[in-house]
Amino acid sequence: MTREQATFLFMGMLGTLALSVLTFVGGGLTGLAVALARIAPMRGVRMAATAWIQVVQGTPLLVLMGLCFYGPSIVGIGSMPALIAAALAMTIYSSAFLGEIWRGCIQSVHKSQWEAAECIGLTRWQRMQKIVLPQALRIATPPTVGFMVQIIKNTSIASLVIGFAELSYNAKVLNNSTFQPFIYFGCAALMYFAMCYPLSRWSRTLERKLNASRG
Amino acid sequence: MKYQFDFAAVLAQWPLLLEGAWVTVQLSFLATVIGFVLGALCAVGRNSKVGWLRWGVSAYVEAIRNTPLLIQSYFLIFGLSSIGITMPIMVGATLALVINIGAYTCEIIRAGIESIHKGQLEAADCLGMSPVQVFWHVILRPAVERVYPSLTSQFVLLMLASSIMSSIGAEELLGIANRIQSDTFRNFEIFLVLWVVYLALSYMMRAGFWLLGQFVFTRRRKLGTPL
Repeated sequence: MTREQATFLFMGMLGTLALSVLTFVGGGLTGLAVALARIAPMRGVRMAATAWIQVVQGTPLLVLMGLCFYGPSIVGIGSMPALIAAALAMTIYSSAFLGEIWRGCIQSVHKSQWEAAECIGLTRWQRMQKIVLPQALRIATPPTVGFMVQIIKNTSIASLVIGFAELSYNAKVLNNSTFQPFIYFGCAALMYFAMCYPLSRWSRTLERKLNASRG
Repeated sequence: MKYQFDFAAVLAQWPLLLEGAWVTVQLSFLATVIGFVLGALCAVGRNSKVGWLRWGVSAYVEAIRNTPLLIQSYFLIFGLSSIGITMPIMVGATLALVINIGAYTCEIIRAGIESIHKGQLEAADCLGMSPVQVFWHVILRPAVERVYPSLTSQFVLLMLASSIMSSIGAEELLGIANRIQSDTFRNFEIFLVLWVVYLALSYMMRAGFWLLGQFVFTRRRKLGTPL
């Protein structure tokens, strides 16, 4: 592998990281909204959030990418930059999964904590903000770190429909011109592994540590 | 909105779409069944006393779980063909999916096995069950029953992920859609139609797993209560 080719792969890795960060920020914000909507006092809001999760979790990410890439142009927004279209699709995808993970975490905060907060006369919002969410955050950290691995891996298909130049796309370009699949896809696999494995390990360590202190 | 929707051009190709959906169903079914067997075997291997087996299975699981399916299938299909090993595309796609889902299934079943109480094993010993009987009745079946919900959602995710196999040339739902796309140029309509078909497939799959669960786990008790 020449120096230019290695640089080209690293550029792809930067694309992967950029898309992952955008997705995590977007998916995090919308995911929190979905999680809160899932446990909202209004039945309609709860049902809408449930429907959202059901529909998004039953759709392949590739189809979401297609809808986000071709959709905006037909409502007159014009053509989407590849990065934005990919980030939008992945935000929608992550919002459903993170929303469901976090809903579980919020609801696993012990019931007596909710009741105690109610007894000292806190409003629903104060209860959430001061009592429940800080505790849920602790429970939510390990699975959230684990989901970041899914986000990084899922960015790999952003090139298939949208043509965003991330790591697997650049690896494929190199393979198409040189036909040495083991080298380029092997390197790409190692680079993904280098991004994902530390997060996987971290998630597992957190799980052990936070569990022990809770028990 | 000036855009003129034209679903007719896409829906006129319904025999093709149906064929693609059938390929998706076949791919997912094969990958689920073989992947389940592979995953169960790996879960056993990961708990075995043989060092190299335990180490090998862990390496496989970590490697697969920390790299994308797309890269795995590129590596497998393009890699093998570069050293002269070619296979029918359906075989290659199934192989890639099986290797991928095996690692996830292994982790899920292992979690189930770890949650089996020691006392159950001792009780089985006291009853004089053979190791095979213990493994089947006391370890594997209760473990799978306990993790059945997470297993089934993983398999539904696998069915949705099988759309990635279009990138190595599989003519499943998305592969067919790409073909229709280059004939009709109705990109957005095609993805809308695909969306509906995949949703329908995933609900049918969920219903199927629910029925299978009713049939296989015949003991009547609430899931999630201690066995």
